[in-house]
Amino acid sequence: MSDVVGTRAPRVGGLDRVTGRQAYVADIPLDDVLHVKLVTLPVARARIGAIDDAAACAVPGVRLVMSARDLPSPMPRFGPQRRDRPVIATGEAKYHGDPVAAVAAETKDAAEEAAALVKVAYEELPPAFTIETALATDAPLVQDPSLRPDDPHANTNVLHEHRHVWGDIEAAEREPGLVVVEGSYQFPMVTQFAIEPHAFMAAPDGAGIAIWSAIQHPNWLQRVIAELLKLPLSKVRVHAPDPGGAFGGKQHAKYEPLLAFMALATGRPVRLVLTLEETFQAVRRGAAQVHVRTGFHPDGALVFRDVEANYQIGAYADIADRTVAKGSYTSMGPYVCPSARIVARSVLSHTVPSTAFRGFGNPQQIWAVESNMNEAARVLRIDPLELRLKNLAKPGDAFIPGDTPADGDWAVAVRRAAEMIDWGSTTPPGRGRGIAVGLKSGPTTGLSYSTVRLLVDGSVVVYAGTSDMGQGARTIFAQIAADELGAPIEWVTVVSGDTAVVPYDQQTSASRSSVFMGNAVLRACRDIQAKVRAMAADLEGIDEAGITVERGQVRIDDRTIPIADVVKRGLGRLGGEIIGIGEMRKDAEPDHPLGGTAAFYEFNCTAVEVEVDRETGDISIPKYVTVSDVGKALNPNQVRGQDEGAAVMGLGHTLMEHYIWDDAGRIRNLGAIDYRIPTSMDLPADMDSDIVENEDGPGPYGSKGMSEGALLPVSPAVAAAVTDATGAVIRDLPMSPERVWQALQELESAEPAS
Amino acid sequence: MAVETVQIALAVNGRERRLRVRTDQRLLDVLREDLRLTGAKEGCGKGECGACTVIVDGDSVDSCLMLGVEADGAAITTVEGLASGDRLDPLQEAFLETGAAQCGFCIPGQIVSARALLDDVPHPTRTQIEEGLAGNLCRCAGYEQIMEAVELAAARHGAAEPAPHPRAVTTDVASTPDAKVAPQ
Repeated sequence: MSDVVGTRAPRVGGLDRVTGRQAYVADIPLDDVLHVKLVTLPVARARIGAIDDAAACAVPGVRLVMSARDLPSPMPRFGPQRRDRPVIATGEAKYHGDPVAAVAAETKDAAEEAAALVKVAYEELPPAFTIETALATDAPLVQDPSLRPDDPHANTNVLHEHRHVWGDIEAAEREPGLVVVEGSYQFPMVTQFAIEPHAFMAAPDGAGIAIWSAIQHPNWLQRVIAELLKLPLSKVRVHAPDPGGAFGGKQHAKYEPLLAFMALATGRPVRLVLTLEETFQAVRRGAAQVHVRTGFHPDGALVFRDVEANYQIGAYADIADRTVAKGSYTSMGPYVCPSARIVARSVLSHTVPSTAFRGFGNPQQIWAVESNMNEAARVLRIDPLELRLKNLAKPGDAFIPGDTPADGDWAVAVRRAAEMIDWGSTTPPGRGRGIAVGLKSGPTTGLSYSTVRLLVDGSVVVYAGTSDMGQGARTIFAQIAADELGAPIEWVTVVSGDTAVVPYDQQTSASRSSVFMGNAVLRACRDIQAKVRAMAADLEGIDEAGITVERGQVRIDDRTIPIADVVKRGLGRLGGEIIGIGEMRKDAEPDHPLGGTAAFYEFNCTAVEVEVDRETGDISIPKYVTVSDVGKALNPNQVRGQDEGAAVMGLGHTLMEHYIWDDAGRIRNLGAIDYRIPTSMDLPADMDSDIVENEDGPGPYGSKGMSEGALLPVSPAVAAAVTDATGAVIRDLPMSPERVWQALQELESAEPAS
Repeated sequence: MAVETVQIALAVNGRERRLRVRTDQRLLDVLREDLRLTGAKEGCGKGECGACTVIVDGDSVDSCLMLGVEADGAAITTVEGLASGDRLDPLQEAFLETGAAQCGFCIPGQIVSARALLDDVPHPTRTQIEEGLAGNLCRCAGYEQIMEAVELAAARHGAAEPAPHPRAVTTDVASTPDAKVAPQ
């Protein structure tokens, strides 16, 4: 009997990753391929005039220069929330990097040379590239109101205003003796910066088209391409090799539609591998300004919280408005707060379209509300740990009215983190400690199918459409199948990344795959078990009632037989296989503000100890602790990689990452030289991660989704530690040395001279 | 505009290769496009991310910053050349064991940089490992497990392994390039 669930089973695909054999999109050769280069304008916003491609077309090897005039009219548009994004810019370029033309040529060099020779006449227009300018009454409109019929905000840059309200906040505010703590917090624009730049290919394929993309949602992409090209789904084949990092930035279609049209126009395969600079102009996280006002009883009990947030999304909606809806919805955190008012706006701007990025709208909000909790603790003179424990929802508490009750014993994680950082002990001189928690609502809907084939020799093939982008999804599915069907894990193959072969999966996002696809795989295995049971009954000539099949074994009375033995006998001389199918579905709930309740919550508590260099403002982290409630760690080694990775990624936007814009709305720090992400030199001196496993999740064996949780509370935990160390309260990210130094200077000058 | 081409010879993973390259062609392109060795990846293309790291005459090098012609006469090791047959390099084994490879895109560069480090410093301190791999970005940010993997490999094999990388290739057309190769 195999027993690999819960162990540190080696990563499926690991060998290919360490030997260099893993083929990412850019590693896949296509015969006769044309290379594509995008043409962009050096401005934030412009009216596009005539496009002269004569010089470009004269470059030897150039086969196509495509711009809006070569595409159907009206311009085909797409987008996961609104069909607002044109296949290529038409009429107006709306952000620095918005492609206005694309060249396809026999070589990459020819494509690059020709792209530089495409002459685009344009008139620069005033952009709105900050929240303030986008919300001004005379702001230039980012989207044409005609694209937003029946939308009351159509004549503004507010794409959507989300309101989540419960309790009676006005009555609550009038309660006597409340302590009200208030502040505004700013979260910067940051980019996903997957080390693999986005790569796309498209090729005519029979009567349809084949697409290759480092995409998280192959089936969603298939639908987008089918709609744009007016093809049946079965004629769009999406190949989705493992993405080299995605983090949400590879969820939705970007340039695949353009490539599809170029492949059809040339009758040739086409290929576009972005530069890192171009990825900065393709995906980012929404910036946010969040104002929080919270009322407490003097004993620390939450009475109300009033949150107003403006999220700066880009020129097209992508999935950004959903990040605002979902990220703001959990603004009460994991606490029981009797009265809540949340207003969150998606503000369009002439900037790179923001999209999903690990945490999905929550890190911005959590930065604000958890910092507010830490400030409140100081005002109330209550230990920040105690303040949290006092307000934390207990298992089963309906802490968000009408939503899934608290599905974890979150205080366990909080106490564990406190213990690990030695909370309450004297901090070494010059250092400070901080703590924060993060909660995220999991998927609100979902649909995953899996097919599992148990072959005649007892080996197994699992088909699961999750994109394995580093989280290790295939390992998890292989572990489940190995245990359920009694195969050694080395005998399990997991097939993903091809919509012509693998059954439908809605998406790889929201830390869902272990739960949704995991359950689909589990059910497919159980389907096989049921067939094996019938087979065994047939072979033995007894009733099925006397037979049980579980965890790789067939039990008949007091006999235990491996599944593989029964199957070999049962399949007989013709051989063959047993096919199981499994499905996990969570339907939409139309009356719910998010369209559905949370399948689970992700919860994490982070505690840090920092040291601040008063001369330079540099923050170093002697000790870092992160504890996630994961229900059940199906693979503790992978859980650790996800949690520690999320923590270090969170240190990026906390300490160093942000886009820098010039006065004209152009990005000044494109690429790795001027935009810093954490390296091996930026790690906490001591990093410790732990998990809470109460087997109380909806996934296989009590698991919950995880992978985003550990990123959620990084910033407020670090900021609280900086305050503890120095007294400086910082409400803007990143806490770069200059910002910290500035805060220390202000603090010094504010202190009365003695 | 026609670009001049030049005949070069290099030893890649112990195998002598002679090919004609464009004078503006980066070593990374020579490896990936002409030799179809796609283990070295292109991340930033600016020498900042380290995904394209290979070992050139014993030094770890960002192959996006080196021209193919500069590698004429050099001995090059890519990630594909670390295992011998089905025997993995101890670093590859250690990366698998600690779970250091997540999405995997940066991993060839990490492992090659670590190989160059261990060849120079068989038993590095944690700080030396952090510094040695500082030029290799990992956005899955699995640095803790990467550092552990290097420590593990060093503890197991660092002392026993002979320096495996030849420092020159003998050939009638090649000469050692003058260009200074910047180690990471």
